[in-house]
Amino acid sequence: MHNKSVAELSRELESGKISSVELTREFLDRIKAEDGQYNSFITVTEDQAMADAKAADEQRAAGKAGVWTGVPFAHKDIFCTKGVATTAGSKMLANFVPPYDATVTANFRAAGAVCLGKTNMDEFAMGSSNESSFFGPVTNPWGLANGEKRVPGGSSGGSATAIAARLVPAATATDTGGSIRQPAALCGITGLKPTYGRVSRYGMIAFASSLDQGGTMARTAEDNALMLNVMAGFDQKDSTCVDRAVPDYTATLNEPLKGLRIGLPKEYFSDQLSPAMEQQVRNAVKEYEKLGATVKEVSLPHAKLAIAAYYVIAPAEASANLSRFDGVRYGYRCEDPQDLNDLYTRTRAEGFGGEVKRRILVGTYALSAGYFDAYYLKAQKVRRLIQQDFINAFKEVDVLMSPVSPSPAFVQGEKTSDPVTMYLEDIFTIAVNLAGVPAMSVPAGFVDGLPVGLQIIGNYFEEARLLNAAHQFQQVTDWHQKLPQ
Amino acid sequence: MQWDIVIGLEIHVQLATKTKIFSGSSTAFGAEPNTQASAVDLAMPGTLPVPNEQAFRYAVMFGLAVNAEIGRRSVFDRKNYFYPDLPKGYQTTQLDHPIVGPGFVDVDLADGSSKRVRIHHAHLEEDAGKSLHEDFHGMTGIDLNRAGTPLIEIVTEPDMNSAEEAVAFAKKLHSLVSSIGICDGDMSQGSLRFDVNISLKRKGSDELGTRTETKNLNSFRFMEQAIAHEVERQMDILEDGGRIIQETRLYNGERDESRSMRSKEEANDYRYFPCPDLLPVVIDDAFIESARDLLPELPDERKARFKKRYGLNDYDARLLSDDARMATFFEETASHGKDAKLAANWVLGEFSARLNADDKTVVQAPITGKQLGQLVARIADNTVSSSGAKKVFEALWNGDGGNADAIIEAQGLKQVSDTGALEQMVDEVLAGMPDQVAQYQQETDPKKQKKMLGGFMGPLMKASKGQGNPKLFNEILLKKLNH
Repeated sequence: MHNKSVAELSRELESGKISSVELTREFLDRIKAEDGQYNSFITVTEDQAMADAKAADEQRAAGKAGVWTGVPFAHKDIFCTKGVATTAGSKMLANFVPPYDATVTANFRAAGAVCLGKTNMDEFAMGSSNESSFFGPVTNPWGLANGEKRVPGGSSGGSATAIAARLVPAATATDTGGSIRQPAALCGITGLKPTYGRVSRYGMIAFASSLDQGGTMARTAEDNALMLNVMAGFDQKDSTCVDRAVPDYTATLNEPLKGLRIGLPKEYFSDQLSPAMEQQVRNAVKEYEKLGATVKEVSLPHAKLAIAAYYVIAPAEASANLSRFDGVRYGYRCEDPQDLNDLYTRTRAEGFGGEVKRRILVGTYALSAGYFDAYYLKAQKVRRLIQQDFINAFKEVDVLMSPVSPSPAFVQGEKTSDPVTMYLEDIFTIAVNLAGVPAMSVPAGFVDGLPVGLQIIGNYFEEARLLNAAHQFQQVTDWHQKLPQ
Repeated sequence: MQWDIVIGLEIHVQLATKTKIFSGSSTAFGAEPNTQASAVDLAMPGTLPVPNEQAFRYAVMFGLAVNAEIGRRSVFDRKNYFYPDLPKGYQTTQLDHPIVGPGFVDVDLADGSSKRVRIHHAHLEEDAGKSLHEDFHGMTGIDLNRAGTPLIEIVTEPDMNSAEEAVAFAKKLHSLVSSIGICDGDMSQGSLRFDVNISLKRKGSDELGTRTETKNLNSFRFMEQAIAHEVERQMDILEDGGRIIQETRLYNGERDESRSMRSKEEANDYRYFPCPDLLPVVIDDAFIESARDLLPELPDERKARFKKRYGLNDYDARLLSDDARMATFFEETASHGKDAKLAANWVLGEFSARLNADDKTVVQAPITGKQLGQLVARIADNTVSSSGAKKVFEALWNGDGGNADAIIEAQGLKQVSDTGALEQMVDEVLAGMPDQVAQYQQETDPKKQKKMLGGFMGPLMKASKGQGNPKLFNEILLKKLNH
């Protein structure tokens, strides 16, 4: 059962061949048996899951089951889950139990899905390797067979790993600079970052408000579509959320791709990409041509400025978003604070990890008097230029395709000595967040036995088109079905 | 050395919306601590702000009432600093694109002149919680009920030049925000808080001096004292050849002392940037017009109307029009009293004096405008003399009698105004006083004559048992004596 997709499991439950209680038990047992080597879960909610599964079976018996009723899944530990610890991978929130659900959480509850637990992540979503979590690093299932402890990517490394290891069929995740797409690529699964504003951010612990977006991770495009049906939609509680109808993302999965116009940004096929990686991506593009798509080269002239702009804007917003973690109302508090200053300095020095502190300092600096114009304001202006590049490209083509990351999963510790080396992991993904357009990562091949992803970028609110393109690709390839040993 | 005083005010006005500016929590005053603070107000992880439309409506109403431009596209900014009563570690406010732009308020001063105070701008922001430093055994208690209450911060130009002008402006502003209904005006509850910026410059010079800010004055009396205190403090320093340090000060009204609040080392860089959780708010014509429709008649409009409609002079018109409830009472009185000027005299005179004496506000008056108006009508038509009217007023005030006519009847205060009857009485009295008549007719000094006239009044009042209309008696006497 654990190798089945959400769509398949839903049908199994519908047919009565298995109950949600049995299915949930199977996955919980797998987590217990296997997760020791991955560390993909921070919290496993065994009792609650079994109770939810039982309730789901009762719903089904009463004839009230929907497609998600009784299907197990997990939430990235950035989504607030009422009554269940929500840590954002940080010591600062290790003891935090929210008295409210994120809107995404509530949506899955209403759909009858069974949450098995909260997945591990880079602390406060800041990272590309899931090595900065207070709860220990996550190990990629790929490479373990050779005795290598490789990173799953980040920040949604826990969700990606849990899916790749078949501990859950699907998991929620978030993407601010590539945190869904890059781990999806490194773990050989399928992930989607929706258009900014498509999914409510209420209850999703904030890193960079104008860049964060909740999204989907599973093994197939179809499962991602099923997830997005639950997650997308307007929410009064999020002022940046868009009031726009949500289509049924599964309804158009099988539209033929003939005539799809694909653009390949030349800036993403430069010498930063190893020939082996480039080959995998170009092979994937050829499959699209066989399906009837046309391909041309396009340009995103300001692409090379994206990392710099992002690493000013995101830390700046984060520096303000993380000010609330002060030991006063909830979360970690240092022992025996002597006065207010001591409370603040020790709580934050002890509660935050190194990467978080680094970004808070960078962000504070970029906003400070005398530097605001040169850094924050300038970065926002560059952002508009980057956005304009995408708008222009989409006048000529329907989707863009590119690699997801410059290399496959690297070994733990390989990039932690120089933060900038780690930041360059996001070189192909980051411009997408600055522009707010949707993008997916789809398994597209292997290099040295490690998964490689294809990035598909769409115009605003064209998630249906992306999922259709990914689904059609997955009908003629089987990269997404490969299992780590 | 002669000095000019230069004063600018920053006023924080709590808007009387039912809920907070970015969350649905109640803004009601007086609740148990931390019972009106939701997850959003507590800045719990993942929570987000949603702007309160009514707060915008009230801000636009304020802008219209001070003749200001309305910000068509206003933006919220984050003002970053750490303090326990500021849960997010930043205050959401407006920096470069506030909801209300430049405007002005005309203030009437005691000497009858008018002073225009320019408003630089007004912006929306959220209030912080309260820090309570006593009662917690050396710790500080934090009450977040107030955190997130909508405020407009009104910033004036440094147009005021004396404590008198500043207080007059402050009072006018208080009256304005209360009468248009956007603020409950209760300064004891902190609904309005004043910060005063004061500097001195050499008399006649254009160069402004260094200013200090005195924060959180919540009474007019304290404001007046604080200004006097600070002016003196600065004058002492400058006359000694020293320099004013730009700083924030706190004034203690009980002890008439001030101290510096923030030292240079703790000066904050607020690192303002536009809040990415909130979209710019676009105000269209329809919104502005619907806000305008909600405005009641403004004091300045009402004053002009009173002068025109009731023929009142500027002074009386101002006194009657400033407060909405007094204005309503007056108009009620005038409509029943027929004679507007007489009505004004009675409202501003006897009625106001009695309110003061009994320590009541016009809302608490034991008589209605209708009752007073009916009395005024009876004075105007000579049914009752002014001394008789005072008796009627007294009875009305004390609740005996119900209306003027009933009291006049019951106390027998009706004047005789039948000229025939009065003439007859005058004839009889004059006939009985031939010597005094002759004296009067032989007197050449008009002043002395006037005095002599008084001598006839006594007998006439006696003859009429006190009910003769003294005015008419006077007229008839003059007619008969002078012919």
